Amino acid sequence: MSRDTHAGSSRMRLRGLIRKEFLQIMRDPSSIAIAFLMPVFLLLLFGYGVSLDSEHVPVALVVEQPGVDAAEFAAAFHQSRYFETAVYPSTKDAEQAMMAGRVNAIVVLRQDFAQQLRRKDGAPIQLIVNGVDANTARIVSGYVQGAWGKWLEHYALQRGLQLEVPVQMEQRVWFNSELRSRNFLVPGLVAIIMTLIGALLTAMVMAREWERGTMEALLVTPLSMSEVIIGKLVPYFILGMGGLVLAVGMALFLFEVPLRGSLWVLFAASALFLVTALGMGLLISTVARSQFVAGMVALIATFLPAFLLSGFIFDIGSMPGVVQAITHLIAARYYVAILQTVFLAGNVWSVILPNVLGLVILASVFLGVTWRKSRKRLE
Amino acid sequence: MLGRIYALVIKEFLALLKDKRSRIVLIGPPLIQLMVFGYAATFDLKNVPFAVYNEDRGVESRELLAAFDGSPSFSRVAQIMREGEIAPLIDGRQVLMVVHAGPDFSANLLGGKPASLQVIVDGRNSNTAMLAINDVRDIVERFNRDWMKQHGNSQPPAHIETRAWFNPNLESRWFFVPGIVGILTLLVTMLVTALSVAREREQGTFDQLLVTPLRPVEILIGKTLPGFIIGLAEASLIVLAAVFWFKVPLLGSLSTLYTGIVLFLLSGVGVGLMISSFAATQQQGLLGAFIFMVPAIILSGFATPIRNMPQLVQDITLLDPMRYFLLVLRGVFLEGMPFHLLIPQFWPMALIGIAAFSIAGWLFRHRMY
Repeated sequence: MSRDTHAGSSRMRLRGLIRKEFLQIMRDPSSIAIAFLMPVFLLLLFGYGVSLDSEHVPVALVVEQPGVDAAEFAAAFHQSRYFETAVYPSTKDAEQAMMAGRVNAIVVLRQDFAQQLRRKDGAPIQLIVNGVDANTARIVSGYVQGAWGKWLEHYALQRGLQLEVPVQMEQRVWFNSELRSRNFLVPGLVAIIMTLIGALLTAMVMAREWERGTMEALLVTPLSMSEVIIGKLVPYFILGMGGLVLAVGMALFLFEVPLRGSLWVLFAASALFLVTALGMGLLISTVARSQFVAGMVALIATFLPAFLLSGFIFDIGSMPGVVQAITHLIAARYYVAILQTVFLAGNVWSVILPNVLGLVILASVFLGVTWRKSRKRLE
Repeated sequence: MLGRIYALVIKEFLALLKDKRSRIVLIGPPLIQLMVFGYAATFDLKNVPFAVYNEDRGVESRELLAAFDGSPSFSRVAQIMREGEIAPLIDGRQVLMVVHAGPDFSANLLGGKPASLQVIVDGRNSNTAMLAINDVRDIVERFNRDWMKQHGNSQPPAHIETRAWFNPNLESRWFFVPGIVGILTLLVTMLVTALSVAREREQGTFDQLLVTPLRPVEILIGKTLPGFIIGLAEASLIVLAAVFWFKVPLLGSLSTLYTGIVLFLLSGVGVGLMISSFAATQQQGLLGAFIFMVPAIILSGFATPIRNMPQLVQDITLLDPMRYFLLVLRGVFLEGMPFHLLIPQFWPMALIGIAAFSIAGWLFRHRMY
């Protein structure tokens, strides 16, 4: 037999398998829902819902003794868009409001605020923050500092005083100068959503064949194991890329995340990531052998690790060394780094290439193990 | 009736635990994940790499920059000499920020003019950038205060004294670990319930169950108890780990905490069964579990405050049992909230549970293939 006809028959076998897979997808529309509806639904919900930009934080301002100075100070709060200020006459009322969760912080101007302002040590302004949400507490305390600084400038200007500030901090934020959290959250969400979709699409397919006994039927055909794997991968890859195009389109046009890198880098990296995610699904499916266990593993291994360990929201550099090492096993980690860089910074090859390498390694491990396990474990 | 339910519960446990793989999956990962996530989920910066670009020759700038080295948030990884070196370092993510003191820093400071310290931050993760800026601001403020004290400058007319309630050191781990208790409890209930009815439907054994003398209510109870019992056991383990391993203070009473856990488990198991009985195949069951679990976690206020969401999304979160459970967990753990203050969180969970169970029970009968 010549090599030509061999290759030809392989192509034909593969085409048959892919066709069968497509038919199966059409019969149970949940795959199509996963690929096309899920990214739209999740990205809409999260793109609008998830934000770390705190505005209109409810703050209690306690003014024990109303007066000109206190009113001036209060004005700095009323003008700020970061606060929703409610004035309370006593600390006790404000504390009650904080206990009940109605305000996040209390700013207290004591009875002798006006007198103390004129003393050498200056007047203490008490700030009490609700520390349960430590992150919000820090942000709020930063905002209060800002309002205080504004008031200070105003106060000095009106009285012709010279304000002495030894060192002044000048901040410049690159890539995202307004610190708009959506700009980094939306690319991260794309990574998480694609992790889910990739794994969900394939987590069940091998297990289903094993469970129903059709895998054995496939194995007695001339199809080789690699052909079976490719046959499973191709249809879902096409579906997944469709979903990905939707997600990226929404990020660009609906959420207006700037794309500073090039589109082809974005899609090449995404295609690679999708292969990795689909490979993980296939691996889960192959190792689990039953759909029930595969479903459980998919629930455990996909969403939460991608959410918490990818650097999507929590800085990987601040995690302990062991946990940092574990994050290297999470495909989303590499993809999040690539996405955030390509979207916000541009084609920075020193970031893109190592992460691409990480994805290539993971993808080959996932697919390689799938291939071996499928071959060996015919019972 | 009790005997019949008992038999069904035993059968459910066997179905879950007989298979070695499913046994491992059910017990191992949640505990491992608690350990990993407990350490991963933090907004406290540690050893963030930064570079120093100091053009100044004075002692003063070095003194200020030394304060950065003393901070646990930052670790200096590079010292640069030219402005052109800044961009490659930040672009390539080798450093998160560059601190720059100009050539006239010391001269300005000594001459009573404001000396400027420039901080260039990578904003790709704007939250990390903001946290770093806040930490830098603290360092600069402290330096300013010391400087003014040493040099007898006049103090500003007012200063802020900050105190934090419930979490004096503002450790974000105290905030996240109770949240992880919630997330993993939800995960376990989904694991046990989301595929349980779907599997029986796919294999055709559910029809057999329906023609037995078991009434739908009894099937419902029989399907609920395993998820409930396993969820309760794992939740207790996770709470123990949160208290004794992560040292998160548990100020409130255990009975209040467990009221919350029980109600949350009921709503979680209810939703899981509802999804499962709606699904015709296990793949659909899995899809349903994700479509519920992912928004339930992301919109629960676990990582990003609900208050930051637009009103419409805030209204959607009212349907999310996690939202209430997180408030219970954080309230009981950190604030020591008494039972009566948490009633507004308890009843919605109960309501969601009841609604979900009713729908699940109805679907048992009316969704046939």
